Order: sequence, then structure tokens, then C-alpha cells
Amino acid sequence: MTTETETETREGGPATSRSASRRSHGEGPFRYLSTGAGIVMLGIMAAIAVFLISEAIPALQANKGNFLTELTWDPNSSQVFGIGALAFGTVLSSALALVIATPIAVGVALFISHYAPRRLAGPLGYLIDLLAAVPSVIYGLWGVAFLVPLLREPSQWLNDHLGWFPLFAGEGAIGGKTMLAGGIVLAIMILPIIAAISREVFLQVPKMNEEAALALGATRWEMIRMAVLPFGRPGVVSAAMLGLGRAMGETIAVALIFPATFGISLQILTPQGNSIAANIANGFGEAGDIGRGALIASGLVLFIITLLVNIAARMIINRRKELMKADT
Amino acid sequence: MSKQIQVSGLDAYYGSHKAIEDVSMTIEPRSITAFIGPSGCGKSTFLRTLNRMHEVIPGARVEGKVLLDGDDLYSNNIEPVTVRRMIGMVFQRPNPFPTMSIYDNVAAGLRLNGRVSKAQLDDTVEESLKGANLWNEVKDRLSKPGAGLSGGQQQRLCIARAIAVKPQVLLMDEPCSALDPISTLAIEDLMAKLKDEYTIVIVTHNMQQAARVSDRTAFFNLAEQGKPGKVIEMDETSRMFTNPSQKATEDYITGRFG
Amino acid sequence: MTTIQHISTGRRIKDRIVQGLVYLAFALAVVPLVSVLWLVISNGLARFDLTFLTHSMRGIGARDVGGGAYHAIIGTLEQVLLSSLISVPIGLLTAIYLVEYGNGGRLSRAISFFVDVMTGIPSVVAGLFVLAFWILFLGMPYSGFAGAMALSILMMPTVVRSAEEMLRLVPDDLREASYALGVAKWRTILKVVLPTAFTGIVTGVMLAVARVAGETAPLLLTVFFTDSINNDPFTGPQMGLPLYVFDQAARPNDTAIDRAWTGALTLILIVMLLNLVARLIAWWRSPARR
Repeated sequence: MTTETETETREGGPATSRSASRRSHGEGPFRYLSTGAGIVMLGIMAAIAVFLISEAIPALQANKGNFLTELTWDPNSSQVFGIGALAFGTVLSSALALVIATPIAVGVALFISHYAPRRLAGPLGYLIDLLAAVPSVIYGLWGVAFLVPLLREPSQWLNDHLGWFPLFAGEGAIGGKTMLAGGIVLAIMILPIIAAISREVFLQVPKMNEEAALALGATRWEMIRMAVLPFGRPGVVSAAMLGLGRAMGETIAVALIFPATFGISLQILTPQGNSIAANIANGFGEAGDIGRGALIASGLVLFIITLLVNIAARMIINRRKELMKADT
Repeated sequence: MSKQIQVSGLDAYYGSHKAIEDVSMTIEPRSITAFIGPSGCGKSTFLRTLNRMHEVIPGARVEGKVLLDGDDLYSNNIEPVTVRRMIGMVFQRPNPFPTMSIYDNVAAGLRLNGRVSKAQLDDTVEESLKGANLWNEVKDRLSKPGAGLSGGQQQRLCIARAIAVKPQVLLMDEPCSALDPISTLAIEDLMAKLKDEYTIVIVTHNMQQAARVSDRTAFFNLAEQGKPGKVIEMDETSRMFTNPSQKATEDYITGRFG
Repeated sequence: MTTIQHISTGRRIKDRIVQGLVYLAFALAVVPLVSVLWLVISNGLARFDLTFLTHSMRGIGARDVGGGAYHAIIGTLEQVLLSSLISVPIGLLTAIYLVEYGNGGRLSRAISFFVDVMTGIPSVVAGLFVLAFWILFLGMPYSGFAGAMALSILMMPTVVRSAEEMLRLVPDDLREASYALGVAKWRTILKVVLPTAFTGIVTGVMLAVARVAGETAPLLLTVFFTDSINNDPFTGPQMGLPLYVFDQAARPNDTAIDRAWTGALTLILIVMLLNLVARLIAWWRSPARR
């Protein structure tokens, strides 16, 4: 802070140094306001943790089951509830989304950065960004009204022919409101963020490295494999993790699609599944005091998981930034 | 394995801007040809037309003929990829692949052409690094990243990478401009050694360097500002530097402009 | 061609296959966008009429035709406006701190890091926080304002990031020129830095607004549902347009589903309009155009 004032006085020159130092009294409010705003941001993060914990505690104390392992969610009557099935569903659906979205997003990013005609790259990139602008409730509506019926036959086919594979197993009702439908909708929703970040890192690949590859007689794909992908890998990994965090926290679209069953099953073609976030949206309307506390407790778990995923992703990005600084 | 290049009536464009016009010349095998001239006169552009790197830049195109021992590099059934495989290039700033080790950098071009046995790779890497006068400095740390080397070493690594695929011609675009004098000397020694096997073309801003290393020199210049660059004169280096036939060449070499 | 050998067919085919896959990936990504927009427009237009835009759902059951989203549109506009009023000053000031005062110190690195982390907070968690703090802990009622608080938590990090980016684009020469005239730092920021970055900041804010305007989960937990018009965002339950779509979509009747599509169309129009205005401002002031 002192260096700041010194710089300013020097910049002002000797003639104005007195007035500058006098004016720096007037600087107080502005500097403190902006510092204060920054601290408020930190305070909000802390407050989120504190109040989620404090409002979750009474419900957790009233819980007759084990919160971490219990599969059922019945805080309102029997007061037995646990995060087990919900956490499993959250992880399964987001993992599914990630598996679907990442390869397509990397393809889209390569398309924009290295394949599309220069003139079209900008507008086409904007088209992908538009995917992110569609509100999640609309994806939910689209999923229920359009995607769920559409998936019924392919699901049946997968079940008939590849039913030995645990994910495609299951008997009776195949298709409908399934993990597959939810996973696809989540994939569409996280695709733009993964594509956007990957595109940025692909565009940052030094031209001279690409030219070095081309000058060795590499085809376009070989150049990408030699110069672009190795350089972009950490960026793509952290982009995928940010996408994972987003998929885990996504609420409304999956609240409309998941049939809110409580159980642990790998079968993504049968109508079952739930997630922490979807359960909060669907369970809130009928929740009493303990019910709300229980939902807050589950939100706390979600908060912690997404926080860890996001922090890990950010650390990968930041480490890479430092590496790049060291390089140049 | 060294080949002759014959260029006739070559124009190069960036979009609608014509960067060089009507260049014709013969580049002899087993010799070093230097391109000199003021900045922006198109010598680097011309160099990049010789291995079809020019067209990598969006909107850039070339008209005219470049014959490599009689084969037109710009004929329809020739792909740029094969041209670049035969005509290697070293860039102004050393550009080893930052994510690869020293070994992998040298092996990068070889691996493109499918299965090469480990033993064969080892041999070629060693041979190329020796060829680039770098082997003794790096033989104990082949698995370390190439980016950890000094600038001069990196540039020799790039030369090793270029000669590992056994090209017919080696193009060098101001290869010493980012290097200190000692590294520059090392590269110049290397060029003198490589010319026994390769056709070498070098773009340089450094007149002494052109005089020291090259056998023939071409002087590029703009007719006037905004007009495309042209070859003003091309001759034996000794003649160019002692008795040029054009006034502009003499002015440039003696440092009266440029 | 005797001396120039061609590249192997294998390499050529691989190159082609990858090219095909990359094009396919892009096409795959565009399909859902087109499908969503098409369905929203074609299904939404049926009920996109004056009744829908000017009536609430008061006294209208799921099976009844008619009814509208006036109460939800009003709610959304008020909630978004309030959340901007909360988040823009805090976000902008934080960005100013990071760029002009932070100096890469420990506090500024901490803030910067947590702003990044905050962008990843699930929207439902923001809603839960306001529920826990404002409604359960302080005992305040469900209201549009509570929803606006939840939305502002989602908006703040976006505003900080975009404003920070724009402030960093202001060349140091400008700041130094101002200092050299003897202008104090805070006046330099106010008179030189902020005006230079102004349109960029506005663009960022508009994009942030567009993003939160479509958020449903935080509203669900904080504004409650209502079918009636409530112009006062500070007292009593208020509706929001995304919430309206969610509410109608969850009902099994065709009449309700129709209303959901029309609500979705209205919502998309609002969001796209905000996006478009933001892009236009950015384009209008972009250096390429000058």
C-alpha cells in the first residue's frame, strides 16, 4: 500500500506532490470501498459454508439413520434420510455427461480453432456459446417432451443387444425418464463450457510449434497430435473438471427428468435415478422443518464436492499459467 | 540426396497483397545459398514458398513454378505434406516442441512415417544430434524437455529434428537472429559441415554471415514502398560482395541503406 | 513423379477420418440447439398471445385453458433488476480492487481464487444459502428480494471476471498520463479507467444478467410459488418466469405443457435479447470496427 502512494507521488512530480498527498486522503473511501467489496466476496463464500452447516445441524441430529450411507430419503415422517443414493446418482449422471460431452467438446474446439474456415470460426463459435445461454429449465422441458420419447427405441435396442453390459442391463420398463436421458441433457449443458475453454487453449498453442510440425511434413491431424493436443491437455482436463462441477450442481433440468427413485443402480436405461440437486428441487415443496434442514445438509455435501472439483480444476489451470510464464 | 531447386516466374500473395513478384533463380545442390535484403522485402516469404509453408497462412497463395530436380512442387498431384517432408526448415526462433523430451523432438518427424524400430530410432536420433553438433552436450539427458536447453542448443536441436527425416534441402529462416555470437558461430560451423550433404538456403540480415558461410547470394529488394519484393541480383557470394553489378546491391552491402 | 513419393494411404486416411470426426462433433453439438429452439418456437407460438402476456394464473387450474405469465414476467424483471443492483457495485468494486489496488498481494490472490471458485457454485446451493440465512436464520419471509439475493451470488463472480478483464485492457499509458497531470489515483480510475472500459463492462453485466435471468433453482427455494400478481418484491411470494416454466412443465396436462412452452419462448426471447444487446455493444465498440 505504501508503494502505491510513493508511485503516485513520484508520478505527480515534485510540484504537485503536496496536492497529491492531500488528495490521497480523498482516496481513502474509494480504496476502502473496493477492498471492502473484495472482502465481502470472501465473506459470502464463508457465510455460505457457515449457514449451510448451522441450518443442517438440527436436522442431522434428528436423523435416525446414517446420513452418509443411508439410501432412503424420508426426513418428514420416519426421519430416516441419507445421502448415499443421491450422491451415487449425482456422480453417475455427471460422469455419464462428462463421457458424452468431452470428446464432442474437444472436437468442437478443434473445429473452431483449426478446421473451420477463418471467416466462419467466430460466428460458429458464437453458435456453440448460445447453447450455454439457453436456460436450464428449457433443457429440462425439452428433455421431458422430446428427448425422453426419442430415446425409447434406441434404449430398447441397446438393452436387447448389449444387455450383458451392466450400464445397459435391466428388465421390464426400458426407456423413459432414465439416467441416460438425464446424462445426455447434462452433456449438452456442459458442452459449451468445455468447448470454450478447450478452444482458448488450442488457440494459444504457439504458431511456431504448429509450423515446426508442418515443416516436418506432418498432416493436419499429425500436427494437432504433435503440437496442439500435448500443449492443450492440461487445459482440456481442467475444462472437463469445470464441466463436471457444473453437471453435478445442475438442478432444474434433471429435476424434471429424473424419476426421483432412491436406490443404487448402474442401469441407465431403466426409469430410475436421482441426484442431490434434483432431490432438493423436487423435495422442497413438501419439506417440513427437518425436511428443509435435511435438504440443506444435502446441499452442503453438494457444495463441498463441487468446491473440491472446482478448486482442483483451477489449480491445474493456474499451474499451467505459471508454467507458460516460465517458458517465455 | 541433395537436390537442385529451379524457380521460375514465382509470385506470392497474402490475400490481395502481392508480397513478391516474378522471382526466378536456380539453387545449386551441395552449396549454401544466402538471401539478403532489407526487412519486408519478401525473402522470408520466398523461402517459405520453397517448402509450401507459405500457404499455411490463411489467404496466402503462390503462382509460378518451383522445380525440385525437375518435379514441380506446385503441381496438382503433389501434396504440401510430402514437399515439407523432403524440404526441411529451421525457423527464426528455436521452436522445439515444449511438451516433448530432447529425444522425442528429434524423433518427432520419423514417427510420422509409421513403425520405426526402437533401435533404428535410437540410431537416427544419435546420428542427427551428432550431425547437429549437439550430441556431446545432451547425450546424458535425452529424456529431459527440449525447452530446458539454451537458445543456441535449442536451435541446434531444431536442426537435428529437421535433418532426422533426411530431407533433400534445408531451409533456414534467419536461424541465428535470436542467438548470441558464440551460438551463432556454432550454427555457422554446422552449416559448413551440412552443406556436404544438403542443399542449404539461408535467409539472413547479417551481411557478414552471408559473406562467411554462403557460396551464392541473392539480393532481394522492394522496387518501392508498397510494391512487391523482387530479386535484384544473384551471383557468387565473392563477386556480390566485391563487385556487384547493381548499384542498389552495392548500396545495401556497404550499409548505405537498409 | 519418380522422385517425390506420396504420403502413405494410412496417414492420408487417418487425417481424413479425424477431419470427418471433427466436423461430426460440431454438427452433433449444433443439433440440440436447433432442436431446442425449433421446439420452443413451434410449440410456444400457440399460446404466445396478449392473454398470456397480460394475465396471471390466478384461479386457473392446470387443466384450464388460458392464463398467462404476466405475474412471472414482472417477477423476473424485478428480481433480475434487484440482483443487478446488488451484484454490479460489489462486483465492479472487487474488480477495481483486483486490478488497481490488489498488486498481486495475498488478499488479492485469495479473492481472485475464490471468485473463480464461486463461479462454480451450483445455483441450487446459492438458493439454499439464502434459504438458510435469510429465511430460516433471520426469519424473513419468502420474497422476490430473497430470490434476487440468491441470483446476485451467481452474478457477482461473472461481473467481477468480465469487469476485471476489461479493466486490464486499459493501457497503463493512460493511467500514467493521468498521474503525470497530477490527478489522484481514485479520480484517474473514475475519470479515465472506468470510462475507457465502460462498454466492455456493460457487455459483461448484460451477459451475467442473461445468465441469471434463466436460473430456476435459486428462485424455487427463495421466492416460493404464487399464481397471483405481486408487484412488491419485498413482501410475500413472487413468481419468476423460469419457475413458471418449471411449475407448468411438471404438470401432466397438455394445457399446462402448452403454457410451459410459451413461457420458455418468452424466457428465451428475454435471454437472447439480452445476449444480443450485449454482443451488439461489444461489436459496436470493438477496435476492429473503428
